[in-house]
Amino acid sequence: MAVSREDLLHVASLARLALDEEAVPRLVRELNGILEHMDVLRKVDTSGVTGAAGVGDAGMPLREDGGAPYPLAHPREAFAPEMRDGFFIVPRLATHEDATESVE
Amino acid sequence: MSLDRWEMVVGLEVHVQLKTRSKAFCACSTQYGAPPNINTCPVCLALPGTLPVLNFEAVRLAVRAAHALSCTVNPTSVFARKNYFYPDLPKGYQISQYDRPLAVNGSLTIGESADGTPITVGITRLHLEEDAGKSIHDRYPSATAIDLNRAGVPLVEIVSEPDMRSSRDAGAYLRTLKQILEFTEVSDVNMEEGSLRVDANVSARLRGETKLGTKTEVKNMNSFSGVERALEAEFARQVELLERGGRVEQQTMLWDGTRGVVRPARSKEASHDYRYFPEPDLPPLVLSKAWIEEQRTSLPELPVARRARFAKEYALPPADIESLTSSVALADYYEQAARAHGDGKTVANWVRGEVLAAVNADGISVREFRVRPGDLADLLSLVRDGKVSHTAAKRIFAEMRKSGERPAQIADREGLLQEGNVDAIAVWVDEVMAEYPEEARRFLAGERKLLGVLVGAVMKKSKGRADPKQVNQLLTSRSTG
Amino acid sequence: MIGPLDPRDVPSSAIDAVADAFERMADVKAGREGLNLILWTDRVRAADAARSCQRDIDAGREGGVLAGVPYVAKDNIATTELPTSCGSRMLENYVSAFEATAITRLRNAGAILVGKSNCDEFAMGSSTEYSAFGPARNPHDPARVPGGSSGGSAGAVAADIVPFALGSETGGSVRQPAAFCGVVGVKPTYGRVSRYGLVAFASSLDQIGVFGKTVHDAAIVMEVIAGLDPHDATTADAPVPRYRDAEERGLEGMVIGRPKEYFPPSLDPRIAALCDRALALMRAQGATVREISLPTTDLAIPVYYIVAPAEASSNLARFDGARYGLRVRGGTLRDMYDRTRSAGFGPEVTRRILLGTYVLSAGYYDAYYKKAQEVRALIAAEFRRTFASGVDLIFTPTTPSVAFRHGAKSDPYEMYLNDIFTVTANLAGIPGISVPIGRLDGLPVGGQLMAAHFDEMAMFRGAYALEGALGAEAHR
Repeated sequence: MAVSREDLLHVASLARLALDEEAVPRLVRELNGILEHMDVLRKVDTSGVTGAAGVGDAGMPLREDGGAPYPLAHPREAFAPEMRDGFFIVPRLATHEDATESVE
Repeated sequence: MSLDRWEMVVGLEVHVQLKTRSKAFCACSTQYGAPPNINTCPVCLALPGTLPVLNFEAVRLAVRAAHALSCTVNPTSVFARKNYFYPDLPKGYQISQYDRPLAVNGSLTIGESADGTPITVGITRLHLEEDAGKSIHDRYPSATAIDLNRAGVPLVEIVSEPDMRSSRDAGAYLRTLKQILEFTEVSDVNMEEGSLRVDANVSARLRGETKLGTKTEVKNMNSFSGVERALEAEFARQVELLERGGRVEQQTMLWDGTRGVVRPARSKEASHDYRYFPEPDLPPLVLSKAWIEEQRTSLPELPVARRARFAKEYALPPADIESLTSSVALADYYEQAARAHGDGKTVANWVRGEVLAAVNADGISVREFRVRPGDLADLLSLVRDGKVSHTAAKRIFAEMRKSGERPAQIADREGLLQEGNVDAIAVWVDEVMAEYPEEARRFLAGERKLLGVLVGAVMKKSKGRADPKQVNQLLTSRSTG
Repeated sequence: MIGPLDPRDVPSSAIDAVADAFERMADVKAGREGLNLILWTDRVRAADAARSCQRDIDAGREGGVLAGVPYVAKDNIATTELPTSCGSRMLENYVSAFEATAITRLRNAGAILVGKSNCDEFAMGSSTEYSAFGPARNPHDPARVPGGSSGGSAGAVAADIVPFALGSETGGSVRQPAAFCGVVGVKPTYGRVSRYGLVAFASSLDQIGVFGKTVHDAAIVMEVIAGLDPHDATTADAPVPRYRDAEERGLEGMVIGRPKEYFPPSLDPRIAALCDRALALMRAQGATVREISLPTTDLAIPVYYIVAPAEASSNLARFDGARYGLRVRGGTLRDMYDRTRSAGFGPEVTRRILLGTYVLSAGYYDAYYKKAQEVRALIAAEFRRTFASGVDLIFTPTTPSVAFRHGAKSDPYEMYLNDIFTVTANLAGIPGISVPIGRLDGLPVGGQLMAAHFDEMAMFRGAYALEGALGAEAHR
């Protein structure tokens, strides 16, 4: 299962990373170099394993509804790159249809 | 184009906001309509280093909803991350459930077909997840405004089987679902405030065909009637395509309610690859079988069962049943009053009339209404036993609504108790006969139509305290005797 | 007086202790132009805290077990007064609007934060060379790395700037730099210390850890920061013992396992010899040493380098320029995302996000992520079986080598192999500690003790005994 140039560009797009063209061959090589070492796992018999390793098999603790909201030590304006009228502001989506992605 | 040859196949995905005070994973308020980003904290802003802790109430309500839809609740369910970038999704992933949902295999009966067999829609799964925030695209030129007040609000997603065969079925499913969720007090189910959202999977096939056609997903519907209209529009589009020998493309369609058309959403890059994996910040949700069972037994009687029982126990006509079972609170109110009083129909008339009018006028829930069901029953018993007149009862009711006092107390204080004593009534009758000698003579001579005039005069003289039935009887007996 | 850390060189007051820490920072050149161990400080604020603490001490008020003790925290632990940059351009100058639970608990115990320490960007690295603010240097030899990713914290303790420091572990990021810098480094059981406020790298592996000049210092700090936290659903509701009591309990009757997989023929024989000396000293104190085998050890690195990047790719999605941190403007939202993330993340973080996204993406999930989690379960089960069979502690070298020179490891996988003896504890969720066991060419060598889940007590018993038996030999 070698990573192709197309795989890398697809993954970079999913991860919202714009790669320099000259970095692409190196990254393909590096990822394949790393993944090569991962092939050893395929030979391991895991048929007896039920579920992944995990803590908290007893289940998760839950909180009670309500209570005081967690405070912010600094106002939102102190860390936000851009705010207006209380809204976080980001550039407009490329097209109006992109807006539908919000209805996930 | 002959739509008749084709059959519509619909499955619905419904997102419902759970009625909690705080968000799913932090203590922020879920209050609708707050100024932008006021209900946000380090956790729901996804500040680096924050962690989610699940709200117990969200779990309780989701399990209630699951039981109300006859689902099997899994003692162990697992949260997963659904990864995608969107500015109203602060973590870059939504915490949802994926391959081990909270509940599966339910069903919902949405009505009866022409031959009387029930129409039942299968529920594939019900799972817990968090809502995203809101992106506002039309507020500023060339910028999108993000409000994260909704981000992290707890939802259940209810996925149906493709069991609906018409837009009418879909409408019935949604209305039945809405009523059940209200009845079980799981959600406020308010489409305007976004506490219920619907996406539909639609396909078309020739009648008689058993295989499913290629489906499209229809989104952006803002009302139940909008869902029905969107389904019709999309079905018509698919049929037209198929009749021309074309193929339906699996894609997302957007409903444009103002123009009444569906149009394809721009096909998404790389088709969704959400890279689901188990949420490492949350251990599995483990619920004891006893607790799950306790949630089932503590459910209120569901609308279908209650309607059937009201018909049988109180012999009510369908219109009364429909109205009285519109919410648990009203049904409970009615039932308590009906049991205390005994005559279901009389109580139904009062509850549908006076009680609802008062509650609506005051803009309150029937739970907050000052006239408690026991007191209403007492009042109606006073009427039945002839202690107060119907007119007086309305006056007493108005007083009860204001003060919350018991009806007998008010009747007594206001002098509204009817005089049932024959001697007292006889005195008033004698006086009236004396005051209206001409009418009295003609009446006694057999002119029966004057009865009403004389009864009215006696009632007036008694200031409404005389029992009109007894006045009637007394005058009648004199005329014939 | 000052809290009950080791009485060595204890300053006479909180004010002096904090002032001394800053003096020492200046003396050893702990800043960017020098060892580059400390990224952010606020001397005025720290002095204020010290004065306030000293007033409490003078007034006879209960000051807490660490009253007046200065410390530094790794820069991926959220603080509201100093920046939390995670060694990244993405969060340069970002000041958190909430505080990590561990920081709050240390403040409540009287400790005074004097700085945030350099680390590999978002804790991804084993050398603190991958910091956006330049590589950190090892106080024992500035030409060498202090280890990583918590290299700044390890170096700050080694350079005597502070008696203890907070770091974080995902695959050995406390134990490995502790070994390279000749200090004590503790990685607690997963769920023992709250992760609230620790900027997530790989959530199922991450744990805040402690560096101490001595085992005793580390034990006290662990007592303060351990325990259930309502803000972290993965913390355990188990009582926190007085780890200091481990000192008196000795090693009598304990069984120490020596896994042959951690002593491969390729291991530097001088490191193996230092380990065997340590084992002999523990045997002399009443412990039994048992040869054991942990055959899944070889699988740990491949598993780790699937699980950790996968979780990281998701954890780092929140850095999108929308709400905080770096934003590089773009005409569209997509441009802003791509530019911000490409400019904000360095090469190693980018590599791991790509790797992690790949192993989670459609068609590869089962072959990589799911398989890795299953193998991880086998590794954890192997440790459980070993501890259930009567072994109380497992002793190994912490690292296969001493601190290497800057730039010595250019191939990513070669760098990853540095974690070979430490990642297993993270994958299994068990506690581990690295203690100095001697020197090689003047550079520190660490020995590692691992114990069963939540048996930090056994781990500290071994560490106290080893430290006591080695004495000055540990640093010679």
